[in-house]
Amino acid sequence: MSKATLNLNGMTVEFQPGQTILEVARGHGIFTIPTLCYLKDTTATGSCRMCLVEVEKARTLLPACATVVNPGMVIKTESPRIDASRKMVLELLLGSGNHNCLVCEANGECELQALAYRYEVPTPSFANPPGTQYYYEDNNSMIVRDFSKCIMCGRCVRGCNERQVNQAISIGYRGSHNKIVAKADYPYIDSDCVFCGECVQSCPVGALLDKNAMHQGRSWERRHVRTTCPYCGVGCQIDLHVKGGQIVKAMGAQALPNEGRLCVKGRFGLGFVQHPDRLQTPLLRKTKNGELQEATWDEALDFVASRLKEVKEKHGPEKMGGWSSARTTNEENYLLQKLMRAVIGSNHIDHCARL
Amino acid sequence: MTNSIAELEDADCILVIGSNTNENHPVIAARIKRAARLKNKDLIVIDPRKQDLVKFSRLWLRQTPGTDIAVVNGMMNIIIQEKLYDETYVSERTENFEALKGAVAKYTPDYVEKISGVPADALAAAARMYARAKAGSIVYCMGITQHTVGTDNVKTLANLAMLCGNVGIYAGGVNPLRGQNNVQGACDMGGLPNVFSGYQPVTDANNRKKMEAAWGVKNLPDWVGMTMTDMLPAISKGGIKSLYIIGENPALTDPDSDHAIKAMQQLDLLVVQDIFLTETGKLADVVLPASSFAEKDGTFSNTERRVARVRQAIPPVGQSKPDWKIICEISNRLGYPMNYGSPEEVFEEIRQVTPAYAGISYKRLDAGGLQWPCPNEEHPGTVYLHKDRFAKGLGTFFAIDHKDPAEMPDAEYPLYLTTGRLLYQYHSGTMSRRAPGLAEKAPECQVELSATDAAKYGIAAGDRVKVRTRRGQITAKAQISAKAVPGTVFLPFHFAEASANKLTNAALDPVSKIPEYKVCAVQIEKA
Repeated sequence: MSKATLNLNGMTVEFQPGQTILEVARGHGIFTIPTLCYLKDTTATGSCRMCLVEVEKARTLLPACATVVNPGMVIKTESPRIDASRKMVLELLLGSGNHNCLVCEANGECELQALAYRYEVPTPSFANPPGTQYYYEDNNSMIVRDFSKCIMCGRCVRGCNERQVNQAISIGYRGSHNKIVAKADYPYIDSDCVFCGECVQSCPVGALLDKNAMHQGRSWERRHVRTTCPYCGVGCQIDLHVKGGQIVKAMGAQALPNEGRLCVKGRFGLGFVQHPDRLQTPLLRKTKNGELQEATWDEALDFVASRLKEVKEKHGPEKMGGWSSARTTNEENYLLQKLMRAVIGSNHIDHCARL
Repeated sequence: MTNSIAELEDADCILVIGSNTNENHPVIAARIKRAARLKNKDLIVIDPRKQDLVKFSRLWLRQTPGTDIAVVNGMMNIIIQEKLYDETYVSERTENFEALKGAVAKYTPDYVEKISGVPADALAAAARMYARAKAGSIVYCMGITQHTVGTDNVKTLANLAMLCGNVGIYAGGVNPLRGQNNVQGACDMGGLPNVFSGYQPVTDANNRKKMEAAWGVKNLPDWVGMTMTDMLPAISKGGIKSLYIIGENPALTDPDSDHAIKAMQQLDLLVVQDIFLTETGKLADVVLPASSFAEKDGTFSNTERRVARVRQAIPPVGQSKPDWKIICEISNRLGYPMNYGSPEEVFEEIRQVTPAYAGISYKRLDAGGLQWPCPNEEHPGTVYLHKDRFAKGLGTFFAIDHKDPAEMPDAEYPLYLTTGRLLYQYHSGTMSRRAPGLAEKAPECQVELSATDAAKYGIAAGDRVKVRTRRGQITAKAQISAKAVPGTVFLPFHFAEASANKLTNAALDPVSKIPEYKVCAVQIEKA
């Protein structure tokens, strides 16, 4: 039996049953269908209308993210009719809030800004009346919610409910009063929110922000370093955003095992790294009951080596223990057991696996 | 884990026992919740607390703390009685089935209910639900291991999984969740008293010979060393004179920690290497400032055996140095040169002497993590273990009986105390308590108790409560919680000023040497 095919921008292409137009297009190298509300691994709602495409014999343009393909479909992903529709959607979205890129944290990584640029939609032809009030929340120390930027794409809601399944936020109220609500429209801090920050990571615009990253630099000034989270044993892959030797924020990386997800500790718990309490120099107790005092590395290391030698000579290696750490790397754990076994001559090596 | 994290979404039934996954491993909990809520899979939670996952589960079995073996034996008894087990798997891949059958026969639903409080119909429902699943996954954590019967608990879960043919298949398995970023790696690398890296016993002369050749030394010690939980008590008997402690805080995390502190004060030499001056560091003769994960290169191995890169993002803070450099400098001063130019050079040596890591290189890791065993450069890594055959051949069933915890409630100390972590804090708090957002959500130690117990002891939410065991006393704020079940109170162990481990019992599992953090007897009163 021949594989099912359809016509995509004049090409005959194969597809798997159940795939959407967007999936088939991306699977065949067409990445130009714009999306805003689409979020991988969650229900396609087709609500933003950015991904509309032409399908022959269809009454209207159809959302590529939510339309399942059929054999023989004839699909066009670009046309003047589609362009006109996408421009109108963008004008309406830009008119629905205060989309001022000059001071917006998302400038440079905002998907709405990128589409406005691509479709040359400069200033909204329609706008809410001057003086319209938008909800703004900054009464917790992790997430800021600025609803003057919200385009009601619903990605945060689906990220929360379908990717993390924390079920903390939903779409509340009706019609033009639609708003993202936590519990019965409470601030995050008083709701069921567990601050995993999936909503911040899902937001295509500047409506949900990592508070600690605000005013700490534009996206293009930050270097991204892929690393592994230092907290629990899941080993989430993190992209650290770094500017000028400072960790600005942490984002979940699209890699196994987490595929973009993080928890509150991985995302908002890295403040310890550059905390003023960090030990700056070695500390040495020069007399047995004296105080710990600052010392140079040479003093400290010489002290450690000479005292280790003393204990070994006096009591033997079988009286000496070394604890490696589940907090340090494989390389470091390997070296400590090598030091204890090969250099000191003791197998008293352990770490906190039991605690 | 025998299986991988992502596979959890494809399991037909997930049995979570002794793991508060939603708070301790939230990103794994996301997979479990997706399976239960979005993919309509069965979720069974067996836990003394009504933890967050319960609301996503089809069944919650509430067992009395320390009675897991009775519950799981009871499930197996029903599964065998009703012939729901995988007979082909049992006959082809396991041994000692008759002994198991004999051992669980007395765990009738009534008997199990008497020991554990789990009602007979709930036990039967759980047994049938797990046994009928095509792929059943067992997820457990310290709620299973931190008992004087921890090793037996783990074996009992392995019995259940093998009985139903769930080991060595996709989306099945027995899946312990590792609590710390690199606890898997620390074990893999030989940070244990009995094995070199790759779990090669030090007592085997061939292994010693191999390592002696690799390291250019002679006469590696052939005796099994002590565990942490054995080393501390050994100090006061003169068995240990010096300790070199990297990134651990036993003054807060060890059971009966007042004793641990007294012991460390008697050492001839205590060297502590950490990123902060911890409670343990304050006892040291010398404290060496280490760099954090963000300031160095290396690898971590996660709970599903996935080796992944750690990459330097910022320069070392202050004069701190990466731990690997400090160890090298100490070794050089002791007359054994360690002149590695980078962690990658250390890793290359690890590959040479550690068969499960032989196929892993930094270059390969740049394309994403790899799961060991990965014996050569062409090997794609191992997603799940024991496919077709167990490492040792046949899987052995163990006949195991319930034993009471070392300390049971009595007239004087009438309640159970169980300890663990909170979502917003981590271990001894040295890291998490210095993150403002986390401190905002969980600023202080709260003792979690049920409304019934609160009323019984005249305690209101927010009251200061004295919590006392035979080993010590702390004061904490009362939190009346729907998670708590009457008769059991819960304390987190993150807070130095109200340290739960002043209260816990240092009784150890005889094999694993893990302390019984999950059960002891306690009394409470309004402060």
